[in-house]
Amino acid sequence: MVGNMTSNGTPAIRTAGLRKSFGETKAVDGIDLEIPPGVVYGVLGPNGAGKSTLIRMLATLLRPDGGSASIFGHDVVGEADRVRRRISVTGQAASVDDALTGTENLILMGRLQGYGRQRARERAAELIAAFDLGHAADRLVSTYSGGMRRRLDIAASMTVTPDLLFLDEPTAGLDPRSRNQVWDIVRALVESGTTILLTTQYLEEADELAGRIAVVDHGRIIAEGPSSELKASVGSATLHVRLRDPGQRPRAGELLTRELGVPVRLAADPARLSAGAGDGARVIQALGALSGESIETVEFAVRQPSLDEVFLTLTGRKAEDAPVREESRA
Amino acid sequence: MTSSTPRVADPVLAAVSVRERPPRASALSATVTHLWRGAMAFKHFPAQLIDMMLLPIIFLLLFTYMFGGAFAGSTQEYLQFFLPGIAVQSVILMTVYTGTAINTDINKGVFDRFRTLPFWQPAAIAGNLLGDVVRYVIALSVTIGLGLLLGFRPGGGLPGVLAAMAVLIVFGFSVSWIFAAIGVVASVPERVSGTSMIVIYPLVFTSNIFVQPDTMPSWTQTLVQLNPISHAATASRALMHGTAGFWDVMGALIISAAITVVFAPLAVRLYRNKNAR
Ligand SMILES: Nc1ncnc2c1ncn2[C@@H]1O[C@H](COP(=O)(O)OP(=O)(O)OP(=O)(O)O)[C@@H](O)[C@H]1O
Ligand SMILES: [Mg+2]
Repeated sequence: MVGNMTSNGTPAIRTAGLRKSFGETKAVDGIDLEIPPGVVYGVLGPNGAGKSTLIRMLATLLRPDGGSASIFGHDVVGEADRVRRRISVTGQAASVDDALTGTENLILMGRLQGYGRQRARERAAELIAAFDLGHAADRLVSTYSGGMRRRLDIAASMTVTPDLLFLDEPTAGLDPRSRNQVWDIVRALVESGTTILLTTQYLEEADELAGRIAVVDHGRIIAEGPSSELKASVGSATLHVRLRDPGQRPRAGELLTRELGVPVRLAADPARLSAGAGDGARVIQALGALSGESIETVEFAVRQPSLDEVFLTLTGRKAEDAPVREESRA
Repeated sequence: MTSSTPRVADPVLAAVSVRERPPRASALSATVTHLWRGAMAFKHFPAQLIDMMLLPIIFLLLFTYMFGGAFAGSTQEYLQFFLPGIAVQSVILMTVYTGTAINTDINKGVFDRFRTLPFWQPAAIAGNLLGDVVRYVIALSVTIGLGLLLGFRPGGGLPGVLAAMAVLIVFGFSVSWIFAAIGVVASVPERVSGTSMIVIYPLVFTSNIFVQPDTMPSWTQTLVQLNPISHAATASRALMHGTAGFWDVMGALIISAAITVVFAPLAVRLYRNKNAR
């Protein structure tokens, strides 16, 4: 019943000119967001872009320097307690207790949320089973793998199902299998009605999970929109080819240009070349044309644009680690 | 490719579709939960019990046999004087655990998670401090037990010893708020014990735990008399030997209350504001 109170048009998250500095560093530098309930919203940005700082302010963990932010209509500063009743946070660093078992961690959460002893135990058991941790329920968390720890961390956030969940880089450092599990979990959570704001450094992940994406750099939103639009603005996937014989590259280039209808890019490695590949059927034709002229490829791949390429397109420069100060911004 | 991946989505959907919100945990239940958390951690790592017992044993043996003869003429005589005093130090050394535990939580992000939960926040500190009471009892039992084996004969008998233990537990509880505050402020857990020792050892050595200040110059005597640890040691001695007057005990209790009144709100405020700015 709590979950449906949001259908009256109040956004799950609304920010206006939100700002936070640490000394000289403008970690978040004027962010405006309006996110409706019931969606997965992706915040995409490189190291130091201000993603965690943004989440910490929205989750009432950090006081903004300026601007405003509200969660389901409640101000994050003035009504922090009401905000806390609606949200959960799974921070970038796993916030589970290494010195306890998985089950004990979840009982701890349940009790602190207000469940009685018995109900806290039941809830812990339910979540352990649902999040595929049954085999390790009674093991110390310090013995968990990264993926298990992440799942436990998310489970701990769901002891009481929140209306809004913050996930700060939920798949950083996970192998593909664990990453897929986390993706499945995210999809299940949003299906249950929980709004999710997740941060990531991978365009692929934002694309996979989020309906809308904000690209953040140096504390500012540099692009925002549905993931399809964003990708279209960046350009579509690219076909990468490596030839056995670098001498055949000129001819291979001609063939790819002909079949794909776009100019090819020649890589620094004399055996490699690439070209935009929007259409799968034409990619297959193009590869067919190469083998038709006995041009042997040792490797080929179709890749989505990387975050680096997104950045290059959106800003005309590479994504850097450290944020620049105000004066070096164009 | 994904066929080997267990399908977690469906059970997860079932588990999170439960939309119930229990009433807010009471302050007491939140505190008891934190106490339980400490007890579980202790259960998983019982080896810390050995650390806790070793320190008081080493100090007791070291001082009794190294300095006893020099300070009091005979080790037996010194033990009668020294044991109630070193019991204070045994307790004080245990107060560091809370600061370290709180700091570890802050650094690991457990603290962030707690802060978004709707329970009475000081419970996180209070639960830890109550857990420390168990440590005080262990440290005191080891110290006094070994003392009895070595020839300590308390004139106050069992009631005197128990009363002294009670006063020292109150004193330890108050002092642990200081280290809880240090635990909130310190950058890493290792710094907590370092900083705490810098506070503890000067205070311990400028107290009357080891020698009576009679023979000292008058300014040192004043220093010793102002030292809260001296008051705790005086109460401990008087109670164990059955010579306690009203003010011997009240002195220690008043000091404990004063420390708590200053440092408990400070620690809680620092904790609540940590990282918020
Ligand atoms: N507590 C702090 N004190 C000082 N500087 C900070 C603090 N927190 C963040 N910063 C700085 O603010 C900027 C933004 O940091 P933030 O952690 O929000 O980035 P992020 O996008 O989450 O990066 P990452 O992908 O590495 O997690 C960085 O330059 C960081 O060094
Ligand atoms: Mg971050």
